[in-house]
Amino acid sequence: MQSLFLATAVRLLLPLLLLFSLFLLLRGHNEPGGGFVGGLVAAAAFVLHSLSHGVAGARRVLRVEPRHLVAVGLLTALVSGLLPLAMGLPFLSGIWSILPVPVIGHGGTPILFDIGVYLVVAGMALMIVFSLMEE
Amino acid sequence: MIIAALSGFGAALAAPLLHRWLPRWAGWLCALVPLSLFSFFGAQVGAVASGRTIRAAYEWIPSLGVDLSFSLDGLSLLFVLIISGIGVLVVVYASSYLRGHHHLGRFYGLILAFMAAMISTVLAGDLITLFVFWELTGLCSYLLIGFDHGRMAARKAALQALLVTGAGGLALLAGFILLGQAAGSTDLAEIFQRGELVRGHALYLPILFLVLAGAFTKSAQFPFHFWLPGAMEAPTPVSAYLHSATMVKLGIYLLARLSPVLGGTDAWFWSVTLAGGVTMVAGGALALLRSDLKQILAYSTVSALGILTLLLGLHTPAAATAAMVFLLVHALYKSALFLAAGAVDHGAGTRDLGRLGGLARVMPWVAAGSGLAALSMAGVPPLVGFIAKELLYEAKLQAPLAAGFVTVAGFIGNALTVAVAVLVGYLPFFGRGTDPDLHHHRVEPLLWFPPLVPALLGFVIGIFPGLAGRWLLEPAVAMVRGASVPVELALWHGVTPVLLLGAATVATGVGIALVRETVLRRLPLGDGAGWGPERGYGLLLKGMLALAERQTRMLQNGRLRYYLMTVVGTAAFLMAVAIFRSGEFPRQLPRPDGGLHEWFAAGVIMAGALTAATTTSRLAAVAGLGAVGYGVALVYILFGAPDLAMTQFCIETLSIVLFVLVLYRLPRFSLLSRPAGRVRDILVACSIGGFMTVLVLLAVSQTLVPHISSYFLAHSLPAGHGRNVVNVILVDFRALDTLGEITVLAVAALGVYGLMKARNREEG
Repeated sequence: MQSLFLATAVRLLLPLLLLFSLFLLLRGHNEPGGGFVGGLVAAAAFVLHSLSHGVAGARRVLRVEPRHLVAVGLLTALVSGLLPLAMGLPFLSGIWSILPVPVIGHGGTPILFDIGVYLVVAGMALMIVFSLMEE
Repeated sequence: MIIAALSGFGAALAAPLLHRWLPRWAGWLCALVPLSLFSFFGAQVGAVASGRTIRAAYEWIPSLGVDLSFSLDGLSLLFVLIISGIGVLVVVYASSYLRGHHHLGRFYGLILAFMAAMISTVLAGDLITLFVFWELTGLCSYLLIGFDHGRMAARKAALQALLVTGAGGLALLAGFILLGQAAGSTDLAEIFQRGELVRGHALYLPILFLVLAGAFTKSAQFPFHFWLPGAMEAPTPVSAYLHSATMVKLGIYLLARLSPVLGGTDAWFWSVTLAGGVTMVAGGALALLRSDLKQILAYSTVSALGILTLLLGLHTPAAATAAMVFLLVHALYKSALFLAAGAVDHGAGTRDLGRLGGLARVMPWVAAGSGLAALSMAGVPPLVGFIAKELLYEAKLQAPLAAGFVTVAGFIGNALTVAVAVLVGYLPFFGRGTDPDLHHHRVEPLLWFPPLVPALLGFVIGIFPGLAGRWLLEPAVAMVRGASVPVELALWHGVTPVLLLGAATVATGVGIALVRETVLRRLPLGDGAGWGPERGYGLLLKGMLALAERQTRMLQNGRLRYYLMTVVGTAAFLMAVAIFRSGEFPRQLPRPDGGLHEWFAAGVIMAGALTAATTTSRLAAVAGLGAVGYGVALVYILFGAPDLAMTQFCIETLSIVLFVLVLYRLPRFSLLSRPAGRVRDILVACSIGGFMTVLVLLAVSQTLVPHISSYFLAHSLPAGHGRNVVNVILVDFRALDTLGEITVLAVAALGVYGLMKARNREEG
């Protein structure tokens, strides 16, 4: 699948798509979006890249192993659940900052949780696609 | 006290590291744990003897009224002291016995965890707490019996012990749940006060038999006795710990603990006494048929457990006293004998009674410990075993029912015990060895000192029985009886029928031991493995494995389309049943009044589905499925669900990529299904589609109670700080579900990754 058009377009699209996926992730709490969609969009961006530049190229751009993304994501979600325990609250209850943060609004553990979801979903999709393509 | 009960688990985690860093000192450091527990609980003796019960509770599952609660009274104190005291000896002994073993660190960890589980079991003040730790002891013993996991026999014995005690454990759990319902509480202290209520309850018999099943399997009562001798595959320190002192006595503990609640009825008397009596005689007889030192000891433990069970079945003050005294006595002499047997094995290289003899010259201290313990076992004055035997006979003579029968059985059982004592305590050390090639050497102090301690203790308590009676045994008996019973132990009661019975027992036992060899040679007995309950266990296991294999072949045939058909067909069938049973059908079809764009979306979906079903090209089928997905996403957008639509678009795109990647590797498409198969597929597809439609129409025509959605809408912003309700539900209200889902995703991805890696390795 060597196409000059696709290859050139992907180079421009990849950062845009990643930015969009982060945008989706961060605005998700108040507007349509969220960790799940964000993660999928990020994965789609890299899959597109791998279609035009090959898996090795996509892996170079990604820089981290997809399974490490999954692991870190799960850990992040877990930590966001464990933090409230340290404050004597039930597992996974939300803790919120009092001061609003720009773009996100109030920061809190649910955002952290959403980031975990984002990482797991993106890592999972990439893990499957890459290992199928590499075979 | 909670800390004390659970500290062993923490120590168990640290033990392997300790062994790695300080291999020379790990054994001593690990022994500090049971030692400190022994002194901690030992310091409570005074308080407990004055009738106090020390309690500590932590709310565990408040919605079920279940607490993680511990209570220390006379009965649990006796057990805790035995467990931790012998624990010290076993750990020290193991550090020498297993020196150089490459899994010694793991061993320390396991044995400490095991000890902690047992201590927590006997301290438990709540049925559920008790059950959890009870099962934990079973798990730890599984790992310990199978410690030499390289050997098939060890693995098999471990599995057998786990299955037998585990099955009993399940029965026990059922029994506990029923008992909790009958008594209205799972708290042991409350259950004690409602003994009358429980015994009069309609569920009394099921409760009794389920609890007995748990206790009997754990304590190796007939017909579940066979796992205990099998468990001798474990390293000797484990055998000494599990099978002399502690775990197998948990069943006895349970019987003793619950006897104020469940005991005293005819059903209790007959079932418990009978099981105990049969076990006592059978265990003793089987012991004499063996020639392996550890096997003999194991069967004699079975016999001793039978004696204890029988006594608890009698349910009289005298029997309770005798049971508690004998419990202590047995723990002392049996741990000494087991540890000595390990030393003999270490020093002489064999445990075969036929080859051993004259070891007293090379290992005098082992012989001393062993001999003292054996004398106690035989019930010879002035050892504490003598006192126990007097009490045994006294209790049996006073049995409320069938006293004559019980006494005769007791006589036989005790005589057999005496014979075993001669076999294990006398023959290896003073007998004439028949094997001239036997190489034996001296054993190091850490192997002969630990067996000597309990043996000497038996001697000391025999001389000063009043101390143990007053401080240790009387509070325990009081708990078993639910009322205080004076325990006055003395060596000399004058010439009584009991004394004469005891003397006759010793004489008979020695006689049996003398003629054993000759009789055994005449008897055409095999090793006894081909018959009895063990054979039943083997058949049952085999049958279960065969059944599992067959149903696996049937259900997991490895063909995706059959899986799909099963899942879809089952769903359609269940839906049909539910719909027909409710008798509600959609009264009228909703009027199709959509705009042009809605018709367009529907058209896309239908065209996609038709293409996918009829095309002969894989790629076209995938494209058709993709069209269906995009069409559905379109519908989401039209009805105001941008979140769902976005996700659907992404998923659809990625799955098409995946499909194409997979299809790329498949062989060329050809029509493989026969017409009948196609008809079946069409039927299944139409039925699920049809019922789904009916279901949707039904759901639309109902006015649902808008309970949940309005709750979420109202609380999303104030409680979740988010205006996007879907997202707030995902990451806040139902975050635990999401956590579960992403875990599943991660596992699935790992599975695919592993599969592909494995295939690549096979090919490359």
